[in-house]
Amino acid sequence: MESGTWKVKTGLAQMLKGGVIMDVINAEQAKIAQEAGACAVMALERVPADIRAMGGVARMADPTIIEAIMKAVSVPVMAKCRIGHFVEAQALEALGVDFIDESEVLTPADESHHIWKHDFKVPFVCGCRDLGEALRRIGEGAAMIRTKGEAGTGNIVEAVRHMRAVIGGIHRLVNTPQEELMAQAKEMGTPFELVAEIHRTGKLPVVNYSAGGVATPADAALMMQLGAEGVFVGSGIFKASNPEVRAKAIVKATTHYQDPEIIAEVSKNLGEAMPGLDIKQIPAEELLASRGW
Amino acid sequence: MRIGVLAAQGAFAEHIAILHQLKVEVTPVRLPAELVGLDGLIIPGGESTSISRLMLDYNLASEIRSLAKNGLPIFGTCAGMILLAKRNSALAAEPLGVMDITVRRNAFGRQRDSFETELSIPVLGEKPFPGVFIRAPVIEQVNSEVEILARLADGTSVAVRQGKLLASAFHPELTNDLRFHQYFLDIVAGGTT
Repeated sequence: MESGTWKVKTGLAQMLKGGVIMDVINAEQAKIAQEAGACAVMALERVPADIRAMGGVARMADPTIIEAIMKAVSVPVMAKCRIGHFVEAQALEALGVDFIDESEVLTPADESHHIWKHDFKVPFVCGCRDLGEALRRIGEGAAMIRTKGEAGTGNIVEAVRHMRAVIGGIHRLVNTPQEELMAQAKEMGTPFELVAEIHRTGKLPVVNYSAGGVATPADAALMMQLGAEGVFVGSGIFKASNPEVRAKAIVKATTHYQDPEIIAEVSKNLGEAMPGLDIKQIPAEELLASRGW
Repeated sequence: MRIGVLAAQGAFAEHIAILHQLKVEVTPVRLPAELVGLDGLIIPGGESTSISRLMLDYNLASEIRSLAKNGLPIFGTCAGMILLAKRNSALAAEPLGVMDITVRRNAFGRQRDSFETELSIPVLGEKPFPGVFIRAPVIEQVNSEVEILARLADGTSVAVRQGKLLASAFHPELTNDLRFHQYFLDIVAGGTT
């Protein structure tokens, strides 16, 4: 018996495909999320919209919150650590969380280096804005990727930009002649082996979710049609006026993303969505997506 | 031969890819209409709570239950096995309840306890089968009509068959070994008893 292998790390991400992972800040929210059909929950002290509003340094959540959520639900529990903060990651692994998100939503601990994730038995998910960033994270051992979007805004525009960049990057590599792959790897700043693998297979070697801005069932289905294999919903559920109904609707829309009649049906009478933010009104230094490289 | 793969949530694409390698026609199933004319159904791994919630929509669960009672061959892996079981020792999901087995969810613990091991599965031949166990359930009890196909070294049951129903706690769809799927297709074709 061998635990913590690449196969079981990436395999858990495969089990999450076609699902919705919801941010929760206590056991009660976690139960609502599970009941609505979330395939996992992200245990946090504050959702991104509140982190954005509060400012200051955002860190790993208090372990008592994470443990309470782990006790409350049977679905996998994820938790976030700061970019490069491998000791927060060690602590989360010791707590027994099922997945660690090395996340730009928290204040980075290291501006030059991400965590060397191969050293851990617990799988990691990391954010990316384009294919190069995705492949750097996979090279470091991320067993799952999510496009960053812009967390806490309720605005899907950055999520779309980043998903198109990743999927477009894959299409370009597939059509790049073999002899140009090394130059491509150099230009993208990514490991050659991964560039060659994408050229050969036409897909990422790990599951790719969408994150950062999903607020409605149609947003979730949009990301799925653009090529996401599942969606993270952060502030979009518990900052809305009727979280239970909205959570169920987003789960249904993610499964039936190719069925416009179902999308229309589940979009009815959801109440107020979270208040949104125009990305252009956010000062550049406050954009979360630009954290990490 | 046409096999449906429940595509509510989880690793359905992996099952579809294996079935394509075995040259079988495949229908992803999200709505009851897609169950019509199937020769067999696969319920994939994923999150059993999530899949069961999605199966309650549009009466998908009750349609599948009645097809199973009328003899439709069904193969469930991991979450799929939990949904097929009649009894679940930590009931959080509503199972289909068509197989006479009691399962325990997350029986090995959390993700850090997920593992790979080689399994001896006599019905698949002598070569060991790669067992990938991810937050896996186990089979705690079976009735006399249920045949145990695979056990871990400590005797724990991890794969079972009852008539045309087949279930595994591990994920053949995450391996390159096609024998477990081929065994299911043989059941569908009526070739094994």
